[in-house]
Amino acid sequence: MASEAHGAEEGGLVFHPMDQFIIKPLFGGDTIAWYTPTNASLWMALAVLAIIGLLVLGSSKRAIVPTRMQSIAELAYGFIYKMVEDICGKDGVKYFPYVMTLFMFIVCANFLGLLPLSFTTTSHFAVTTVLALAVFLTVTILGFVLNGTKFLGLFWVSSAPLALRPVLAIIELISYFVRPVSHSIRLAGNVMAGHAVIKVFAGFAAITVISPVSVLAITAMYGLEVLVAFIQAYVFTILTCVYLKDALHPSH
Amino acid sequence: MATETHDAGHTAADAAHAAADSAPGMPQLDFATYPNQIFWLLVTLVVIYLILSRVALPRIGGILAERTGTITNDLAAAEDLKAKAVDAEAAYNQALADARVEAQRIAAEARAEIQAGLDDAIVKADAEIAAKAAESEKAIAEIRANALESIKAVADDTAVEIVTAMGGTADAAAVSDAVANRVKG
Amino acid sequence: MEGDLAHIGAGLAAIGSGAAAIGVGNVAGNFLAGALRNPSAAASQTATLFIGIAFAEALGIFAFLVALLLMFAV
Repeated sequence: MASEAHGAEEGGLVFHPMDQFIIKPLFGGDTIAWYTPTNASLWMALAVLAIIGLLVLGSSKRAIVPTRMQSIAELAYGFIYKMVEDICGKDGVKYFPYVMTLFMFIVCANFLGLLPLSFTTTSHFAVTTVLALAVFLTVTILGFVLNGTKFLGLFWVSSAPLALRPVLAIIELISYFVRPVSHSIRLAGNVMAGHAVIKVFAGFAAITVISPVSVLAITAMYGLEVLVAFIQAYVFTILTCVYLKDALHPSH
Repeated sequence: MATETHDAGHTAADAAHAAADSAPGMPQLDFATYPNQIFWLLVTLVVIYLILSRVALPRIGGILAERTGTITNDLAAAEDLKAKAVDAEAAYNQALADARVEAQRIAAEARAEIQAGLDDAIVKADAEIAAKAAESEKAIAEIRANALESIKAVADDTAVEIVTAMGGTADAAAVSDAVANRVKG
Repeated sequence: MEGDLAHIGAGLAAIGSGAAAIGVGNVAGNFLAGALRNPSAAASQTATLFIGIAFAEALGIFAFLVALLLMFAV
């Protein structure tokens, strides 16, 4: 609050880097109930539409020689399929649609969020925490269902000396429960940081002398953000696969 | 799983509604919007999951499998065609070799025929030449004999004339013998 | 006054981003060094590279988050 007051006082140089993340009801009004359509839900819906456009409409021709859209869809399919197969093994392939859902949602939301004036759903902890918790709960439940108590062997490092094992078990346990935290904050933090930095540079553009530098910096950051948008989706997905592998094959 | 998180969201919402008025500087920490976001996110994820698992992924997987099949078939067909081409080349080479052997045989025959004809012709020509040479020799011998006769006659005549001119009478027979002796001499 | 101290703290927390940058650079540099020695094995390890980068960067993001919290939520 202090910062906002500062920004208002300085007049020319106004920074509101976090304003772009404010959630507003789509059809007026102030209250946000759990069902209110907001700008967040609008951009989630657009992400769904983008996925439908890419994966469903793009592949509707079933062409042997693919069109551009279809080859992107096949590329995404092959990319995630290979990732799941490589990391989780053959028996992990049945969780491929689940992983693909996460990847497609995150990558589409990230890229849609890069459009000017758009809203980035993945910059909110509420969203990424749900995604990370979904992975965490899936992995934990799946681990116990598939392996029973043997799943606890994940924390009992049998290759370490016996005296060290309790200590390692505590460390492993902590790292296991920190997973969803880092998993969610990494994604939201990266996306939010990039957008906020772009907004800060945009704020400098109000000063005429600095504005060319500012525009250049925005361009460079935007390029980096395009990269980050994909890399973070990739990292989220690959970590999901690694965690899934723990559930499927808990022995180290 | 979905209901669990949903319930968690509800309780968070109740706790946050009281603090919502204070309007924090970070919209991410505005817990009043959490239930809304969580609800719509779950809707989104379920929709995406259904679309992907029911429609998109089987279709794309089908397309990829079909393409792999097509490529395998094409490769097999190409392999067949290649084998055929190799066969055809072998047949061609065989035919070429046969033709070459045949050609050599024909050439050898022709050469032998020509050689035989040539030999005949040479033999015939030799015989003709020999006959001609014999004839010519005979003719030459005749001519020589004739010439000798003529010479003797001339010599006789000349000797008679000479004897006559010197005032003697020439006995033609004696002169002729004398000349013949001289000529032989 | 309280807000000013929070801003100083935010600035200090931002140092953590630089530390994370060092960490990410270490990961990427060592990967490159290894990849140049054994290029045939490099392709199979790119996933590990990204996981390592992600872990290193997550800690930097934590520092950034602390800075944000100090700026806007305190």
